[in-house]
Amino acid sequence: MSPILQGILTIIIGVGGCVGYFYLSNAVLDRIIFPARDDDQGRNIALATAVRPWLFLLPAMLALGLYLVYPVVGSFIRSLYNRSGQEFIGLDNYLQMFSEEGFRVALFNNFLWILFVPAAATFFGLLVAQLTDRLSWGSIAKSLIFMPMAISFVGASLIWKFVYANDPDIGIINAIRDYFGADPIDPMQIPFWNNFFIMIIMVWMQTGFAMVILSAALRGIPEETVEAAIIDGANPFQIFFKIKVPQIAGTIVVVWTTITFLTLKIFDIVYTMTGGNFDTEILPSYMMDYMFRDDGRATAVAFVIMLIVTPVMIYNIRQAKREA
Amino acid sequence: MDNIAGQKSSLSIVTHIAVLALVLIWLIPTVGLLVSSFRDREQISETGWWAAMFPVEAAVRVRPGIDGATTDGDYGVLTGNLFEGGSGSVSGFGLIGRDPGVAAPGQTYAWYEVEVTDEDGELDDERVEIAYPADGEPEFPEATEDGLPITPGSAVLQRSLTVAENGDFTYVDEGEISRAPSIYIVTEQPPDFGLQNYEQILTSDGMDRAFINTLTVTVPATVIPILIAAFAAYALAWMEFPGRGWLVAAVVGLLVVPLQLALVPMLKLHETIGIGQSFLGIWMAHTGFGLPLAVYLLRNYMIGLPRDIIESAKVDGATDFQVFTKIVLPLSFPALASFAIFQFLWTWNDLLVAKVFLPANSESWVMTVKIADDLLGSRGGDWGILAAAAFVSIAVPLIVFFAMQKYLVRGLLAGSVK
Repeated sequence: MSPILQGILTIIIGVGGCVGYFYLSNAVLDRIIFPARDDDQGRNIALATAVRPWLFLLPAMLALGLYLVYPVVGSFIRSLYNRSGQEFIGLDNYLQMFSEEGFRVALFNNFLWILFVPAAATFFGLLVAQLTDRLSWGSIAKSLIFMPMAISFVGASLIWKFVYANDPDIGIINAIRDYFGADPIDPMQIPFWNNFFIMIIMVWMQTGFAMVILSAALRGIPEETVEAAIIDGANPFQIFFKIKVPQIAGTIVVVWTTITFLTLKIFDIVYTMTGGNFDTEILPSYMMDYMFRDDGRATAVAFVIMLIVTPVMIYNIRQAKREA
Repeated sequence: MDNIAGQKSSLSIVTHIAVLALVLIWLIPTVGLLVSSFRDREQISETGWWAAMFPVEAAVRVRPGIDGATTDGDYGVLTGNLFEGGSGSVSGFGLIGRDPGVAAPGQTYAWYEVEVTDEDGELDDERVEIAYPADGEPEFPEATEDGLPITPGSAVLQRSLTVAENGDFTYVDEGEISRAPSIYIVTEQPPDFGLQNYEQILTSDGMDRAFINTLTVTVPATVIPILIAAFAAYALAWMEFPGRGWLVAAVVGLLVVPLQLALVPMLKLHETIGIGQSFLGIWMAHTGFGLPLAVYLLRNYMIGLPRDIIESAKVDGATDFQVFTKIVLPLSFPALASFAIFQFLWTWNDLLVAKVFLPANSESWVMTVKIADDLLGSRGGDWGILAAAAFVSIAVPLIVFFAMQKYLVRGLLAGSVK
């Protein structure tokens, strides 16, 4: 069967199944199990009301449990077994991994990513948000800077591979170097700094996200606070850093952490740009090197990523619990 | 700031320039690839895309017709114009493709057979290639490139070619000319834009199949989670039951679980229950991975709906099911649209999940996998093809992005700012 037919069939079955499930389970609940009539009317309505939320939640809970909760446990258990999955080896995968140069490089690079990408993206996002705030053509400018968000990581990598190409007739960077008489370079092969050249791609993509959110936050600042500062003689820089930034600090933190989490998941860029060569590996791409080859090692890497995000996850849960 | 005289104008010029510079920096990489995707492959390797509007100096091979060939003693002679009725300007020419511009217009380029003395002192024949002014006499070097001395006066002409700047040429060869010679000239070519690259990747490189596969993955993986999430979000927003707070917190926690964790255990599970690597598997996986954000976004939106409407409907005897389908769902359209765009962009652009949950063969490659695992390897240096492939893959997201930007922004704001 062709994939298109299969796809259409899936939509029909999937959507029909979902609608059918919700509709029928409700009907069964109301008409058959707890019918709202006779002497038990009051009690039955109360019971149906108590059961119904779980009917609504069941499919989502099943999917979430299966695809996100179970894997946390499943991956951890798998990471305690050897490559074939037959033999229990305790923490050997982890110990072995930490003793290897390749993993330490990936871990180090990953910390560089976490430090640089969110900081740079938030900085540029805030800069653009502030600069375009009262610009007549600000929304066009924002929309163009936001655009890379729609592009896939693979597509973005290709776009930048082109920028970085070491032929001066193709790569604009080397064309500029060539113009000033310098020899062409391959930015992907410059030790240490190649990481930053790759990170620029991620910054390029995420700045729009930071800009959109920070721009809305800037708009939300009460006019009076800015006016009061102007009357007191503050210059534009003081207004920005001492009046505006403190008021949107909460939003800045949210943007920063959101980009940090995204950064921890992205393997596509490194995979496309260098394939992890020239010491540019990060944890997600390091994991994919072992995927399909050594599941024990791959799950161990995934669990290390999980450990890195856990503190913020706990913080988020607490925050949500307090609000709910 | 508007009310301080004198400060605004100077500041705003700087602002205009700064924003313009940033926009240009952000735009240039994409424009470069877009322009290149329409350029001829030869021209891409000759000049940068920023010079795409200008003519390109490129080497071309010309095979002039041999109708006017004559003979002159032992040699065949062919004269004519290389542009054959057209016009152009030659800036270099030669007889081998490796070195197409070895001689300048107005020169004669000739191959001679000469007698040399090799290292052992023995006589040998070798070929020397020389270029000299067409109205002058050939001058022979004293030794070959390898340093072997040439016997003076031993040179015998094999072939020669004289080309003028306007394309007039004279070609001389041993014996009768029975086959059109290959002449290489370096000449300015007009900019060549077209859809050749797109045509090639869509017809012979299999990008059409990958496009359909991507579409096949994306649509169900966008539609199904919305339905499931909408019901769950309604329950979490408007129904009273024990443990609701904990469930909301759990959804928030699951938002950040790295999906890398799910790859190995879920692929194993899919294999155990017989789904294996297949489209069904990837639809389920995308549904699972997309749900936390879907539930979170939709719940945040639904909880902001006016309480009176929902409660008055309930007082009038509407069940939760009716309230949901008749009131909450239609009112939540903006949030549903936001999530739909997110999920669409995410699944369309995804590489990781497709690599793991779909079989690794050309039948089921989606576009991202096709580009990253196939084209980058097999067509690594062919920028025209790569650029066209990239634009085929990002065209649909870009259209969705610019058409539905309003909803995307709204969704982002709902998802991150409380």
